[in-house]
Amino acid sequence: MLPVGELKRGTALILDNEPYVVTAFEFVKPGKGQAMYRTKLRNLVTGAVIEKTFRSGDSFEPAHLDQREAQYLYREGDSYTFMDNQTYEQFAISEDILGDAKNYLIDNLPVEIVFFRDKPIGVQVPNFINLRVVKCEPWTKGDTSGSDSKPATLETGFVLRVPPFINEGDLIQIDTRTGEYLSRVKE
Amino acid sequence: MEINWRLARRRKALWARAAIVQAIRRFFIERDYLEVETPQRIPAPAPESHIDAIPADGWFLQTSPELCMKRLLAAGYPRLFQLAHCWRVGERGSRHLPEFTLLEWYRVEADYHELMEECEELLPYVARAVDLSDQLVYQGKAIHLAAPWELVSVKEAFARYAHLSMEEALQRGLFDEVMVQDIEPHLGIDRPTFLYDYPAVRGALARLCPNDPSVAERFELYIGGLELANAFSELTDAEEQRARFVSEEAYRRSLGKQPYPLAEKFLQELSNMPPAAGIALGVDRLVMLLVNAATIDEVVAFTPEEL
Repeated sequence: MLPVGELKRGTALILDNEPYVVTAFEFVKPGKGQAMYRTKLRNLVTGAVIEKTFRSGDSFEPAHLDQREAQYLYREGDSYTFMDNQTYEQFAISEDILGDAKNYLIDNLPVEIVFFRDKPIGVQVPNFINLRVVKCEPWTKGDTSGSDSKPATLETGFVLRVPPFINEGDLIQIDTRTGEYLSRVKE
Repeated sequence: MEINWRLARRRKALWARAAIVQAIRRFFIERDYLEVETPQRIPAPAPESHIDAIPADGWFLQTSPELCMKRLLAAGYPRLFQLAHCWRVGERGSRHLPEFTLLEWYRVEADYHELMEECEELLPYVARAVDLSDQLVYQGKAIHLAAPWELVSVKEAFARYAHLSMEEALQRGLFDEVMVQDIEPHLGIDRPTFLYDYPAVRGALARLCPNDPSVAERFELYIGGLELANAFSELTDAEEQRARFVSEEAYRRSLGKQPYPLAEKFLQELSNMPPAAGIALGVDRLVMLLVNAATIDEVVAFTPEEL
């Protein structure tokens, strides 16, 4: 058993003999009251999502998952195909299991596929990924403060806020854990 | 190297934060409050079941400046305020930082009703400093700051919003859970709400209501679902306070928490403290509200993760 303070998004756990993964996680604490962790959990077998509140002091049973190195190949509708780097076996994974990872999938991207009892239940992309800006408004004249932001569309279709000095065609680094712009990559 | 954009983009929020802090100071100075700075590292924090202090070289970083402020009240200072950094172990979420800023103010010969009125004056005063009128928008919802604000007792709030009564929730150990899940989201929605008269067991350092000792004269202020402040008609009965500290400390130790020494000087001097009321308001959350920030990260210069 592990203390509930170690729960985070992506943690897999066993609850009433069923495996779940944490899909949303929030620390809450009413005035002078006990700290709680409000979570949303996706059942790894049925796909059903439940809400569960843990209290500080609670513990949980981690689920044992396998991870395999793979790379992204292609997409067909809402199905994404990956290849196991060791066995060359291919897997199709649906969009709802991918979650935010779908925002970062470019050809041949190295990923880790997470399996529970031989069933793929999630995809982990690298923490930092460089992606090209395919669409954004030009530089706003007069703004040199660096404090404002504008939307930019990346080659994967993902839209995020970037500083005003970013232009179409720039390569930028993203933190995939937060989905935020980090820096412009010099080429 | 490119500038750190995460820090740079908070420029607007940090300017607003500075204006808010300056307005807070002006508000209390105009009302004859003395601003004090009490030590942030103290030997004996007030024992509270669910608030843990960070050990610091044999002493502790304060979880609030409350005990030092009250010792000053007991020494004859009638009106005090402080803007203080405070620390609490493990509190990190979209509305929590383990190091945060509290505004505390204390007034002798006053009770919690008078603090409610002061809140009703303070918020519009500070809002004007960031060019807001009596109406503000927080996360898409309009909130009217003009007094009078909504008053809901804790008991009424359970009856209104929860599936079980306050008494049942206490008995079954569900008070906090129901508060967070079923009650707080409804508070302070179109105007601020004072949630008041807590069950005596949740009274902390508040005095019991003279007409009804089952409740403590404590309120929490909620605006836009954000818990902004906690206030008491202060307990001045030193014996009662000592008994509450001893029992809280025993409970803390039974959970294996870091033991605190008893705050002896505070307990001894408390008998000199005149009737008074005091309140702690989270400055970071006040800034969140007034700049319409969804998370506390957006209103501080640095989060711990950015250090």
